[in-house]
Amino acid sequence: MPTKLEPQTAGEGAGSDDVLMDVRDLEVHFALRGGIVSRFTGGPAGAVRAVDGVTFQLHKGEVLGLVGESGSGKTTLGRALLGLVPATGGSIRYAGRELVGLGERRMRPLRRDLQMAFQDPHASLNPSMDLQTAIGHPLRIHGMAGSDAELREKVTGALERVGLAPVERFLTKFPADLSGGQKQRAVFARATIMDPKLVVADEPASMLDMSVRAKIIELMQGLKRELGLTYVYITHDLATAKFFCDRIAIMYLGRIVELGPTAEIFANPRHPYTRSLLAAVPEPDPRAEVSREVPRGEVPDAAVRPAGCSFHPRCPKAFAVCGWEGRDLRALLEQRWTELTEEAYLAESAQFADLAALDGQVGTVTVPAASGHDGEEVAARLRRIRDEQTDEPLWRGVTDIAASGTHATVVFHAGTDPTLTETGPVEVACHLHDPQYQSQAPGT
Amino acid sequence: MTEPVLAAEDLRVWYGTERGPVRAVDGVSFEVHEGETLGLVGESGCGKSTLGRAILGLLPRGAAMDGSLRFKGTELVGLPRKELEGMRGPELGLVFQEPMTRLNPLMRISEHFEETLKIHEPGLGKKGMKERATEALRHVGIPPSRYDHYPHEFSGGMRQRIMIALTLVLRPAFMVADEPTTALDVLVEAQILRLLGDLRQNFRTAMLLITHNLGIVAEACDRVAVMYAGRIVEIGDAREVFAEPQHPYTRELLASTISLHTTGLHSIPGAPPDLADPPAGCRFHPRCPDAMRVCEQREPVPVRLETGQVTECWLHGPADRIPENGTEPLEREAISVADEA
Repeated sequence: MPTKLEPQTAGEGAGSDDVLMDVRDLEVHFALRGGIVSRFTGGPAGAVRAVDGVTFQLHKGEVLGLVGESGSGKTTLGRALLGLVPATGGSIRYAGRELVGLGERRMRPLRRDLQMAFQDPHASLNPSMDLQTAIGHPLRIHGMAGSDAELREKVTGALERVGLAPVERFLTKFPADLSGGQKQRAVFARATIMDPKLVVADEPASMLDMSVRAKIIELMQGLKRELGLTYVYITHDLATAKFFCDRIAIMYLGRIVELGPTAEIFANPRHPYTRSLLAAVPEPDPRAEVSREVPRGEVPDAAVRPAGCSFHPRCPKAFAVCGWEGRDLRALLEQRWTELTEEAYLAESAQFADLAALDGQVGTVTVPAASGHDGEEVAARLRRIRDEQTDEPLWRGVTDIAASGTHATVVFHAGTDPTLTETGPVEVACHLHDPQYQSQAPGT
Repeated sequence: MTEPVLAAEDLRVWYGTERGPVRAVDGVSFEVHEGETLGLVGESGCGKSTLGRAILGLLPRGAAMDGSLRFKGTELVGLPRKELEGMRGPELGLVFQEPMTRLNPLMRISEHFEETLKIHEPGLGKKGMKERATEALRHVGIPPSRYDHYPHEFSGGMRQRIMIALTLVLRPAFMVADEPTTALDVLVEAQILRLLGDLRQNFRTAMLLITHNLGIVAEACDRVAVMYAGRIVEIGDAREVFAEPQHPYTRELLASTISLHTTGLHSIPGAPPDLADPPAGCRFHPRCPDAMRVCEQREPVPVRLETGQVTECWLHGPADRIPENGTEPLEREAISVADEA
């Protein structure tokens, strides 16, 4: 069986005829409710920038993968494409219409074309609706049901298409009577009954057993062939993405950090984040050499995005311009203290006052000394740590460590935020691939 | 070879239901040695979590256990509940699946440790408890400065590390980790697997790692047991089993796993059987591409192969137990998509 169906020539040069959906600078920000004081004074409460300036084109008939960890914004982006969460900025053009800002009444007819399959099949079917009601429901909502006989015929067709046959056995079943894989088939029957153009599939296989995942992917491929669908496939599973997608967008903290043809992304990953993701996939082959280089830490809070490149605190390749700041120094010290002996830890940590003071400081950062210690001691300690940790990326971003009275000051190099730029056959957002900074980048 | 930390022999667990007994674990035998990690894999509903819980004496009411389960020479089957409770923690540890829901949101991390230590190691004193706890936390990479924080102040991966530290602080000789990384992201999963690997080396803890992800077994386990419908159908060295699976179920399971090297899709037809009424003979025969006539007539017996694996499949004999014409291929009924998992 072919692994990819009709490879899209639209990948390059994209004539406008091929473009199903054109997404520019899309933003979805969720406002945070501030504390009581800021609510009275109208001060800024901040926002979670779930999708933060995303640009891509979706070509007709392709499978575009949105791949990333939890909190990368991939689900929010998928929902925003269908108007299920309101975009707060940017543009989504579909069939000559602008979807951002479109009211529910005018959006609804377009939803016939734009469908969604959710992650949890157990939660996406109404437990009190039998399958013929559930699958025919979209037709009723859109007033396309016609006579009872017509509706039944369409429902039967949809069930057969997803392999739930003999249909008579399933029409009157309730979700509780079905296995996980069968439920997911029913979800796809409902999503495809109105002959949509685009289906956004959000982790459709991740709640299912390994032995069933292949069947769901097979089903999606079959539906694509039969109905000429375009998919946006949202997943954290690189293995299924590699198999199923024509192009892949790697997302991190609300942004696309790398976008390109699947084969190129896997054969030649350019962004350090993509590389770490690929290295971390557990392979069912004990003889395979597994890289033990796993980036430290986890996806940070999208409400307080790191300065510069969002990935820099975890990046093994980060250098001066990537956006080092006070809280990175705090994380470094805390991590170091878990590795020291008890005695060394106590001696060292006693010199520092509360490290929480480092959070939020950018540029010139003050590191307060604990009472009974002075800034000179702290500065000397920091210099010694810097000399010890020759491979630590953070120190590449430190231009000076000085002391003044009760605190030390650490001066960080100014950071800049990388933008998605064309690099060979892919687009990547990383200073390592920016000719402007290449002379400063660390050797590989 | 030294004495195993844990040895199960013909262990059975069943639940009473209206439809009769559900035999979730139906006669399994295995051993786990010091410093060894045994992976337990299989589809949902094959009995792997039940087995994990049975070892720890955490079965619900209405479940019964039979056979033999020896921990360092002590028979656990039939042990009074009180005694088993005393062993859970200091001897037998557990790492749960969902770290988000296993820590009490109203208790500081320090209080979690104090609670555990007070019960199992009274007389340690406040200072002693803190020393032990921070040592365990440092092993899993949590800064001691965060000892007094609340669970919500930690990320998912850190909470799983804290859970592991809570298990470790009592220094159990045996640990069950039930899908410890399922709720976590790929990169955090890799961090946790590396951590579990370090623990195996540093503490020589014997571990049963339950997972449905074959990739994790390949990465983190020395040996692997493949479970199907309450039985261990194949057990052996992880490298051997993955390189040359001897049971058709193991082979099909490996083939249906989508990995970075997958070039074609493969799946096992049908679904695992209802454990209240499993098929006669070999339980896998209705789904098995290699099924023979004997497979629906007689239950297969464990056979030790030259490679060291033990497998239950008539393909590996013993030949003298197979009736005449028993090796002829079985005519199988077609399995429609409608019957799948």
